[in-house]
Amino acid sequence: MLAIIGAGPAGLAAALEAHKEGIKDIVIFERAKEPGGILLQCIHTGFGLHYFNEEISGPEYAARFSEAIKDTDIKLICDTMVTSISKDLEIIAMNKKDGLMKFKADAIILAMGCRERPRGALNIYGTRPSGIMTAGAAQEYINIKGYMPGKKCVILGSGDIGLIMARRMTLEGAKVEAVCELLPFSGGLKRNIVQCLDDYGIPLRLSTTVVCVHGKERLEGVTIAKVDDKLQPIPDTEEYIECDTLLLSVGLIPENELSQLAGIKIDPVTKGPVVSDTRETSISGIFACGNVLQVHDLVDFVTLESQVAGKAAAEFIKNRNLKNEFAKVVPGERVRYIVPQKVSLPVTEELTFYFRVTNEFDNMIVSLSVNDKEIYSKKKRKLAPGEMENLKIKTELFENLTSDDVIEIKVKEK
Amino acid sequence: MKKIDLTCVVCPFGCLMQIELDDNDKIISVTGNTCKRGETYAENEITDPRRNICSTVRIEGSKVHNVVPVKTSSEIPKDKIFECMKEINKVVAKVPVKIGDVLISNVLGTKVDIVATNNVLD
Ligand SMILES: Cc1cc2nc3c(=O)[nH]c(=O)nc-3n(C[C@H](O)[C@H](O)[C@H](O)COP(=O)(O)OP(=O)(O)OC[C@H]3O[C@@H](n4cnc5c(N)ncnc54)[C@H](O)[C@@H]3O)c2cc1C
Ligand code: SF4
Repeated sequence: MLAIIGAGPAGLAAALEAHKEGIKDIVIFERAKEPGGILLQCIHTGFGLHYFNEEISGPEYAARFSEAIKDTDIKLICDTMVTSISKDLEIIAMNKKDGLMKFKADAIILAMGCRERPRGALNIYGTRPSGIMTAGAAQEYINIKGYMPGKKCVILGSGDIGLIMARRMTLEGAKVEAVCELLPFSGGLKRNIVQCLDDYGIPLRLSTTVVCVHGKERLEGVTIAKVDDKLQPIPDTEEYIECDTLLLSVGLIPENELSQLAGIKIDPVTKGPVVSDTRETSISGIFACGNVLQVHDLVDFVTLESQVAGKAAAEFIKNRNLKNEFAKVVPGERVRYIVPQKVSLPVTEELTFYFRVTNEFDNMIVSLSVNDKEIYSKKKRKLAPGEMENLKIKTELFENLTSDDVIEIKVKEK
Repeated sequence: MKKIDLTCVVCPFGCLMQIELDDNDKIISVTGNTCKRGETYAENEITDPRRNICSTVRIEGSKVHNVVPVKTSSEIPKDKIFECMKEINKVVAKVPVKIGDVLISNVLGTKVDIVATNNVLD
């Protein structure tokens, strides 16, 4: 049995790919009532441009995969939460109907997605009134449940979810007073800044944070302040903004409690498992893909990554051909992280490396080297931490790679 | 002659384009776009800016869902966005609703429909 945990776009694509590769016994566990994952609440369009060559909404994107699953014998078990996995590929899951269940899998694919950093992780000073929630929670209230969480709103964090929610709240009649961003740049896609903020005249306040919240029962206002280059609030720059809602969009964390329990090695930067090019984790037979592995901005890349994992898991079940020689992949100058973190040897297929840069850069060169010798480079007009980059490298370039070799990707000046 | 910067919003690449306009606001040149759609976007943005909008419509008769997500079938003029939201918030759908079902046709006489973007079957 191939067990897949999570029926978001990652789990669904991985399942379909493994099925295509001839695996018959596939089970997907999903804790929600329906498949689709986070896409179900992302009702805006902006999905599928790479993969389907058209722009569709989140639910439509998810439906294409969940409908395709219906035409196969892939088993989808919803309303069921996986509570543990082990290095021997044992899975414990539970639901209201069947209680605790135990399975032994031949391979596991982790596709649990990520979750938002809650307010506690941020430590804003002040009272604890209602009206403070994550942007994703507000998105669920409006787009799934059909409730409006407030009328006058400040958003902290300018990642895509924050930007999308600024527009959504505005369309539904709320006034969004400001989107505050701690860093000197937004982590969101440029198009979202244009279509979600500029179109509606919502101010984006960079290098600004919320230093205090006010109100007893319900939020009454927030104090914001500018921050210095060490991200510390600057005295006497405080400003009070009246509002009944504060949305926090301060980053996503891959959901890896299960992975950690199993003893899977986690990358301290991505907060996801360390994987090879086949998306195999440090435990043989356990693969990972999608947001549980690295936080993606575009679901299309989630789909591609998950197909890699699905195919590799199928290969693992069919042939048990364990690849156990790897060349290391390390981030160089101006690169924050790279996935995969290692490459299995010998290299037999074109490889795609995904990475993020540390800051905003203009007119640079992305360079890939093996043991400090450059083998590939590409010009880039714009690079930003909010946009995941990728490098496709042809098989020939890695012909004589050995496990002593180190692959480095860096960004350098022209 | 005038030069303006414009971010193409047609796809998530968000190319930053430089547009040269003559004194009658006619485009002389567009650079910085990765594909042809950027040019078309620039042309439209200067003469007749349009946007897609996405929202939700109340749905009756479902055990699981209170709302069904919807989108405009193609772009509507930017200055009609809020009027269009009012129309969307007036309608109530009934199960079953399938992806692509038209919930409002020819909204505000724009020849654009409001269509469902998820299946709500029960
Ligand atoms: C607000 C927002 C806006 C976005 N906008 C865009 C956009 O415009 N364009 C674009 O291309 N991409 C966008 N994305 C990104 C894209 O939606 C995600 O990258 C993608 O959905 C990730 O897929 P996933 O399957 O890895 O995770 P998810 O969709 O989160 O799915 C994970 C699934 O695993 C389940 N699960 C977790 N733990 C367990 C467990 N223990 N047992 C059982 N089930 C479990 C969860 O219930 C969930 O269904 C956006 C994301 C967000 C959050
Ligand atoms: S110019 Fe083409 S590639 Fe660039 S954002 Fe527009 S549509 Fe996308």
